[in-house]
Amino acid sequence: MTPVLAFLQAIPYDQILIQTVNGIVTGMILALIASGLTLIFGIMDVVNFAHGELFMFGAYMGVVVLAATGSFWLALLLATLIVALIGAALQITTLRPLIGRDPLTTILATFGISLVMQNYALWQFGPVARKIQEPFTGQFTLFYLEYPWYRVLIAGLSAAIIGAFWLFLKYGTYGVWIRATTQDRVMAEAMGIPVSWVYTTVFAIGAGMAAVSGVLFGPLVGVNHAMGVDWILKAFIVVVVGGMGSLGGSIAASIFISLLEAYASIWVSPAQAVIVSFVVLILTLLFRPTGLFVPTPK
Amino acid sequence: MEPLVAVEDVHTYYGKSHILHGVSLHVDRGEVVGLLGRNGVGKSTTLKTIMGLVHPNRGKVLFAGKPITGLPAHKLARLGIGYVPEDRRIFRLLTVMENLRTGLDRHGVTEARKQELLDKAFTYFPVLAERRNQAGGTLSGGEQQMLAIARAMMLEPKIILLDEPTEGLMPRMVSQIREIIEVLHREGVAILLVEQNVPLTLEASQRVYIMEKGAMRHHCAASELKIDDAVVHQYLGV
Repeated sequence: MTPVLAFLQAIPYDQILIQTVNGIVTGMILALIASGLTLIFGIMDVVNFAHGELFMFGAYMGVVVLAATGSFWLALLLATLIVALIGAALQITTLRPLIGRDPLTTILATFGISLVMQNYALWQFGPVARKIQEPFTGQFTLFYLEYPWYRVLIAGLSAAIIGAFWLFLKYGTYGVWIRATTQDRVMAEAMGIPVSWVYTTVFAIGAGMAAVSGVLFGPLVGVNHAMGVDWILKAFIVVVVGGMGSLGGSIAASIFISLLEAYASIWVSPAQAVIVSFVVLILTLLFRPTGLFVPTPK
Repeated sequence: MEPLVAVEDVHTYYGKSHILHGVSLHVDRGEVVGLLGRNGVGKSTTLKTIMGLVHPNRGKVLFAGKPITGLPAHKLARLGIGYVPEDRRIFRLLTVMENLRTGLDRHGVTEARKQELLDKAFTYFPVLAERRNQAGGTLSGGEQQMLAIARAMMLEPKIILLDEPTEGLMPRMVSQIREIIEVLHREGVAILLVEQNVPLTLEASQRVYIMEKGAMRHHCAASELKIDDAVVHQYLGV
């Protein structure tokens, strides 16, 4: 037997395929979280440190509504709306007065919000993790694994939400307003666009997207007050690697990094596989600080 | 009848620097008014003050007799003030059509009316119709100027503040801009025109103001002022 053949036979194709599916599923969830983050950064220049807590709040709202109504889909919808409203209220009360000030002030403000929200959740819901029951439990066979359909659904729904959002940005009146505001805030204002409301809407949409991902992801992990922290870290990595403020870049980076981590965990433990994303982050910052998935700036 | 726009003794600062020292002017309905002066005398700041992009520390701006000082720009745009800034400020990544939509998609404008406004703009500027799906940033300077004017027209303004529309344009484009000012005037849109091109301003306007060091120095009918006038020579150095 030639060494090449031996090498080819040693590749665990089944595991690679399974991990590809896993990577895409986590990648889509991550993309959903990160697109809210990158949207808020790209349009408002606000680094939203409270994004992970909006994700966590979404999951808790999902728990509460699910307990009250018994419907997962209703929980998904209501949690999104509630957190979007909370986002709008947060933006009006804490970020709107800071428009035009040093960006550092918004970092402090959002960081403060995140601490308040985390501790509120701890006080309100206690330290024990809650569980969201998935809406259905069907599975299909993927090699030796019983793979839950729900995970595939998450990926599909995330893609659909991001797609719908992209269409809204591209064709909707408010989408045109948002893009105009991103490019030239003053001229947008002079064209009759209520810029401060555009900002509020953008923040609300970002918060809503974080909440959707929180509810969707709830059944896979426990819902607790600190669940946002891990995800926000990864979302930040993705936003930087994807090119700050670039929606397409963030989505590509989410899937890229999630796939890398998934493949890495074939050989090392998942906890160690996380290192991969940091390596990608550091390499990106060293060699291509504008982001991996954006055109080279001229 | 009260003037359409009246600026009364306005003082505007950028940070600590005092830019406008008590500027007063007025524009009547449907009137083209020229605002002349050397670079840096506060002409653009006067337009920005009217548009609500900078707020005066003292003085008043009135629109159709009502005070508008301190109102945000987006409200003034909806009241009927169109703004065509000096550097055009096209939304570079938006298509021509999307640039127009920023002004067109307002409450209370029917689809039929939107189409009318678009048709009108495309009749005046056929080149914009050809390039409607092209990004604004890919247009030439003259085309961008046309887009900036067309974009302001989408607001159905009662007055357009035109800041150096012919700056850096080829002579053919300059005469096209001159024509469009004429067309807007015929339609009853008032224009406050800031220009370095003195002959064009005197030809297009009914009245002119001349500014120096953040204040009005001279005000007369455009027909009274000749290009070789001592006043023109003194304040504009031509």
